[in-house]
Amino acid sequence: MSVRYVTVLSKLFRNRTSKAITRRLFSVNLAAAEDNKNENFTTSLEFLSPDTVKTIPSYRVLDLSGQVLNKNEEPKIDDAKLVKMYETMVTLNVMDKILYDSQRQGRISFYMTSYGEEASHLGSAAALDNEDLVYAQYRETGVLLWRGFTPEECMNQCYGNNLDKGKGKQMPCHFGSKVHNFITISSPLTTQMPQAVGSAYAFKRAQNGKCVIVYFGDGAASEGDAHAAFNFSATLECPVIFFCRNNGYAISTPVKEQYRGDGIVSRGQGYGITSIRVDGNDILAVYNATLAARNYCLSNNKPVIVEAMTYRVGHHSTSDDSSAYRSAEEVKKWVQTDNPMVRTFKYLHGKNLWDEKKQSECEKEAKSIILKGFGRAEKVKKPNWTEMFTDVLASENDILMEQKEYMRKHLEKYSDCYPLQ
Amino acid sequence: MPLVITCLKMHIRTFRGLFLNNLAKWRFLKGEKQGKRCAAHFNYQADDSRPVEGETTKLTMYQAITDAMDICMKEDPTALIFGEDVAFGGVFRCSVGLQEKYGKDRVFNTPLCEQGIAGFAIGVAAVGSTAIAEIQFADYIFPAFDQIVNEAAKFRYRSGGEFSCGKLTIRAPCSAVGHGGLYHSQSPEAYFAHTPGLKVVIPRGSVKAKGLLISCIEDDDPCLFLEPKVLYRGAVEEVPVAKYKLPIGKAEIVIPGDQVTLIGWGTQVHVLCEVAMMAKEKHNISCEVIDLYSIVPWDRETVFNSAKKTGRTIIAHEAPYTGGFGAELAASIQNACFLYLEAPVGRVAGFDTPFPHIFEPFYIPDKWRCLQAVLDIVNY
Repeated sequence: MSVRYVTVLSKLFRNRTSKAITRRLFSVNLAAAEDNKNENFTTSLEFLSPDTVKTIPSYRVLDLSGQVLNKNEEPKIDDAKLVKMYETMVTLNVMDKILYDSQRQGRISFYMTSYGEEASHLGSAAALDNEDLVYAQYRETGVLLWRGFTPEECMNQCYGNNLDKGKGKQMPCHFGSKVHNFITISSPLTTQMPQAVGSAYAFKRAQNGKCVIVYFGDGAASEGDAHAAFNFSATLECPVIFFCRNNGYAISTPVKEQYRGDGIVSRGQGYGITSIRVDGNDILAVYNATLAARNYCLSNNKPVIVEAMTYRVGHHSTSDDSSAYRSAEEVKKWVQTDNPMVRTFKYLHGKNLWDEKKQSECEKEAKSIILKGFGRAEKVKKPNWTEMFTDVLASENDILMEQKEYMRKHLEKYSDCYPLQ
Repeated sequence: MPLVITCLKMHIRTFRGLFLNNLAKWRFLKGEKQGKRCAAHFNYQADDSRPVEGETTKLTMYQAITDAMDICMKEDPTALIFGEDVAFGGVFRCSVGLQEKYGKDRVFNTPLCEQGIAGFAIGVAAVGSTAIAEIQFADYIFPAFDQIVNEAAKFRYRSGGEFSCGKLTIRAPCSAVGHGGLYHSQSPEAYFAHTPGLKVVIPRGSVKAKGLLISCIEDDDPCLFLEPKVLYRGAVEEVPVAKYKLPIGKAEIVIPGDQVTLIGWGTQVHVLCEVAMMAKEKHNISCEVIDLYSIVPWDRETVFNSAKKTGRTIIAHEAPYTGGFGAELAASIQNACFLYLEAPVGRVAGFDTPFPHIFEPFYIPDKWRCLQAVLDIVNY
């Protein structure tokens, strides 16, 4: 019995629907194989080994010192926009520092920094149209800042105060904003991926010229929902950009325990998805790849995978001490040799758009804005406890109203025991 | 074309397609006498209510469901129908003809992946389009549990109302079918009843299916519409041709009575109707039968009023006893109607086992078990 025949049989028994079975049988018997372009024959017994496939290279525009490697690849971004991209990176950095410290002081309950991944946020965000819909994982705050969501709004969310759009219901860093076309973040990893595909399908039908971008990490890509999303996007032909932040770690788990293939980008081929790997610390490479991906997915109604290779410089979150599973030297090496902030700085410096003075002024101003905003956010009252009962369903129902009434009466009696304002 | 027909035939012969084929053969649904082994566990009680004036047409439940979707697709150009094998009409024929009518971009097959179907549906709904997703059997909804429970149900709440996926409806065939075994028989409503943010609805026949499905599709909250598959062809009713909606959150008193309240939903309502008739004829006991049909939110007013009136309540469902939705009803009735109760609230349910294949007749809460519960509660 030939190997091929065994394969056919084993597939026959594995498949859950007869459709797949019939398709396979008929494709063998009737050579109705144009559906499946990979269907051909060989007389030599050869397994396809991942070791024989070349590693997919990272696309790079800037070298580590901020020099453009190939002049043809330098994007035409106007100076003001370039400066704004970098200023947003600086703002993100400063906010991360202040909010990280404030968590350490117990002023907010949780925080996640974006250290090391600033270029992937801003490079991608700046290449999109602000009307494009964003589904994020949680480490994409720079994208939101680019769209005009202010640091103060971030802090309102982290404090869960009265000005928080989410009315204080979610943990810090679970941002969302309708006006900024940024779907509210949720903690379950990867759930946003098939959702992004569904939204992209609806956009395609609406012919509104918008695409959807969905961000996720290398760890999230291991979830079943990632498989679902890749496969649905390809078969249903959806204009969606899958933007993977491959930063080497999922909390403590290094990528070698996460997968054994060539990262995330190599999976694109298996799903029939156009894909590219980029240097995620190179803002121009990320920008070019995202812009091209957007054009491609909108003009072809097809998905694209962009895998941005970067490094998670900070701890996973404020609940994590990453020195427990990686060395300080490793982190230091990245910070010193392959730093997206430094590289962008040098590029702008080379274009005479930026210098040390501007840097310190920008940092100072960001710090001042954020500290002022922080002070205000901290003082804004928390939403009334009755908000706990809103937005469960579109309208209130009798059981919920009864439970709210029960709590009201309870609080009348036990007001001293609760943090009422 | 012959190839297509061969494919279809082969498809019908497959595991998931089995039901379609066999359902058609089931003579017992028409009340014909059969041996004990394969006797249906219920006799269908047609619903002759007229929710709306005008012309009616005789429809099975699957046809009523097609009709409901047809109306929604016609009225709402953003509405989409998708799932596994829905394009050719669905393994239970619920979407027959809709792809021809509305096009491949509105009625389409997805890859075989339930979490993908649910996630995709949420995404469609999140940007304001109407998603009508099908899970081929309720037994296979669990891969989508995370998307439904953590995502769909909480989408509005967690965003403070900034976003919602209210235009989402998930349809899934559920409950016993005679020989469905473990994975073609389940009634998973209680799992979802425990999740704030969802609505869960189960019809008992064609008239209810049409009105309730349209309500679910047009509702502003994500709805789970569970369709008892044994009724797809087993139910035949005069269904209004016009569009009509039945309210989610309301129950119906199917048979009025004053001694014992019997509460059920889906197929079980038909069992309870027969029990009520048997109790009346053989034992002169007057039972009130309530079709709850909306599991979440459920109609507390109708249930409590009946429970207070009769003082004796029995809840019956196919799903297992422990943690079944009957427990929620029983506890709530006990709490709200304590001074009116003449006997403990009874529950007749599936046993706390997986749903068995050859033992189905012994597993389901059939009319004999329910009748005995009536006799027990009256003699308490």
